[in-house]
Amino acid sequence: MSNQQITGASALVKALELSGVDVMFGIPGGAILPAYDPIFDSPIRHILVRHEQGAGHAATGYAQATGKVGVCIATSGPGATNLVTPLADAQMDSVPIVAITGQVSSGAIGTDAFQEADIRGITMPVTKHSFLVTDPADIAGAVAQAFHIASTGRPGAVLVDIAKDALQKMTDFNYPKDIKLAGYHPVMVPDEGAVRDAARLIAESKSPVLYVGGGVIRSEAHKELMKLAELTGAPVVTTLMARGGFPDSHPQHLGMPGMHGTVAAVTALQKSDLLITLGARFDDRVTGKLSTFAPSAKVIHADIDPAEIGKNRRADVALVGDLKITIDALIPAVKHEFKKSQPDLTEWWTLVNSYRSKFPLGYDHPEDGSLSPQYVIERLGKIAGPDAIYVAGVGQHQMWASQFVNYENPRTWLNSGGLGTMGYAVPAAMGAKVGAPDKTVWAIDGDGCFQMTNQELVTCALNNIPIKVAIINNESLGMVRQWQTLFYNERYSNTELHSKRIPDFTKLADAMGCVGLRCDSKDDVDKTIAQAMEINDQPVVVDFSVFRDAMVWPMVAAGASNDDIVVARSMAPIWDSQEL
Amino acid sequence: MTTRQKHTLSVLVENSPGVLARVSSLFSRRAYNIDSLAVGPTENPDYSRMTIVIDVEGHALEQVVQQLDKLVNVISITELDPIVSVQRELLLVKVATTATTRSQVLETVQLFRAKVVDVAQDAVTIEATGNAEKIQALLSVLEPYGIKELVQSGLVAISRGLKTGSNQ
Repeated sequence: MSNQQITGASALVKALELSGVDVMFGIPGGAILPAYDPIFDSPIRHILVRHEQGAGHAATGYAQATGKVGVCIATSGPGATNLVTPLADAQMDSVPIVAITGQVSSGAIGTDAFQEADIRGITMPVTKHSFLVTDPADIAGAVAQAFHIASTGRPGAVLVDIAKDALQKMTDFNYPKDIKLAGYHPVMVPDEGAVRDAARLIAESKSPVLYVGGGVIRSEAHKELMKLAELTGAPVVTTLMARGGFPDSHPQHLGMPGMHGTVAAVTALQKSDLLITLGARFDDRVTGKLSTFAPSAKVIHADIDPAEIGKNRRADVALVGDLKITIDALIPAVKHEFKKSQPDLTEWWTLVNSYRSKFPLGYDHPEDGSLSPQYVIERLGKIAGPDAIYVAGVGQHQMWASQFVNYENPRTWLNSGGLGTMGYAVPAAMGAKVGAPDKTVWAIDGDGCFQMTNQELVTCALNNIPIKVAIINNESLGMVRQWQTLFYNERYSNTELHSKRIPDFTKLADAMGCVGLRCDSKDDVDKTIAQAMEINDQPVVVDFSVFRDAMVWPMVAAGASNDDIVVARSMAPIWDSQEL
Repeated sequence: MTTRQKHTLSVLVENSPGVLARVSSLFSRRAYNIDSLAVGPTENPDYSRMTIVIDVEGHALEQVVQQLDKLVNVISITELDPIVSVQRELLLVKVATTATTRSQVLETVQLFRAKVVDVAQDAVTIEATGNAEKIQALLSVLEPYGIKELVQSGLVAISRGLKTGSNQ
């Protein structure tokens, strides 16, 4: 044991270094100030953001792009409460992030002191775990535990709140070699018997679907998934969180299921006799009305979180474990079963392919000659290609970006799926670019989302983080407007943003040290994107002025059955009678 | 008539600040109803034990257990079957008495093997322990005399025999 005492603040920074942190996003303030002194000398790159929410989403984008733990840091009170949204966001999407916050001195806790907020209490329901540290000797251990908890099992958000006096006092430094937590033992390896049962169900199934969720990205199981998919020959659907986990170009891939999924993906799930569920959680945006979801399917549910098994849909076989390990175990078991008998999926594929060919994803160019938002996003995907990272906000543009960009690789599609956080894109793209500086990073954002967090473009401009932002400007809160069109008799209450008039996004970009470009015609789309692609020494913002009445199709209305998918306004697919 | 069975969960948790808040916040945000919750120290000063009685069935009960188990501070969860465990509640009740009713009340106390812990001019305070049914039966007998005040603990429970909740 070292007898050289250091401050709690130094212990914090040293523990962060030992936890493998190379970058963190944050803003200093009173209670966290002692920590910022050793940060000044640390090899850890600290990126000074303009709003703590930006720090949180940047940490999330960094983690999603790299697979490492993202780190954000803020002061007590408002600094900490500004992190609540990104913490909830990361937790919902199982993204490993650690937030460090300063707290008022231990003696002042509970007195409503200046900038005091019980952030551990506030974040309890939206984090995987949260710590309050008041003894400097506990700082290093709490940091080590936080990284362990955030990155193992089902990843998530962890908060470490540290009282100011704990940062100031002297302590011995003890960074634990092994983390032992009495109540935390994630199960990594699935039960062997369950693996055999799953393999048997797969061998018996005439119409299986591989229902793939974000777990495939989190556990880096994409290669194993490919093997399993090709072994079984089953159709594959990838949820919003799993886009890129299985290549869109693969012939077995039906696209995304859910509220705005492809007809083929949605309907294949509905008609399936076996859902091979891999790291997905039967979210309401996938299942629609739960009681009518995939009514004749048995369910194999593989997830690292045992609480997901049976939460929404009963599982016939539960595979609790890391997805990569689980699929690895499943492959030989399925091969073994297939030696006895392998189902013929020809009929199933004929049916599934008929959905594909009858109802492909598509869109019309607006009759008034204005720019189609889907076209912009489709061209962006083609020009920037499958190696770029695409980061979306939340709303129509997000759905179009999930539909019309072809994803081939994991960690190239970042978005806020579970919480649906508008304003996620710009700061998350910043974090992604910091984590993957050699990649082109495109934020595909809406004009509504962009106006929530665009201040981080200043951070990007000043810190050499040249992200690119495509604003899909339909001068409205487009998804909400779409619902008003469909469900509220076109009464557009408070969804008009007038963003083609104010603000001038190109001037705003310019004022923030970015290049601002504008595009409002189909003929200029490729040219403008190419121009943006050439600028790599500055962030670029492109204001794509698009048709405001474009809608996201297909659509299953909230709470409706997936059988009632609508491919365009008032246009339900007409099924052959025997398919119903 | 179908009566929903109440379930008793014995939950071993770390003895650290905020654990009770974490557990109760979990129940509230996942919309599970708690019948009663009792918490206290155990034979190991690092751990506390919570005894939680909930009114949910099969699938929902499984979810409660799984979600509780996700909490980092929760070490183990055991469901205690009323048949193979000892379950007790503590009741303190102040019953109105007059010169004529006092002896009847005292007789009831005897019958239920309860204790009188305080006597005043026009009331007696009774202490009773037992399972929920016994406490309920006692209360219904005492009710006609006039219950002035009633305090009741949550249920605590322990398994019968050698098996313990903290060594599994």
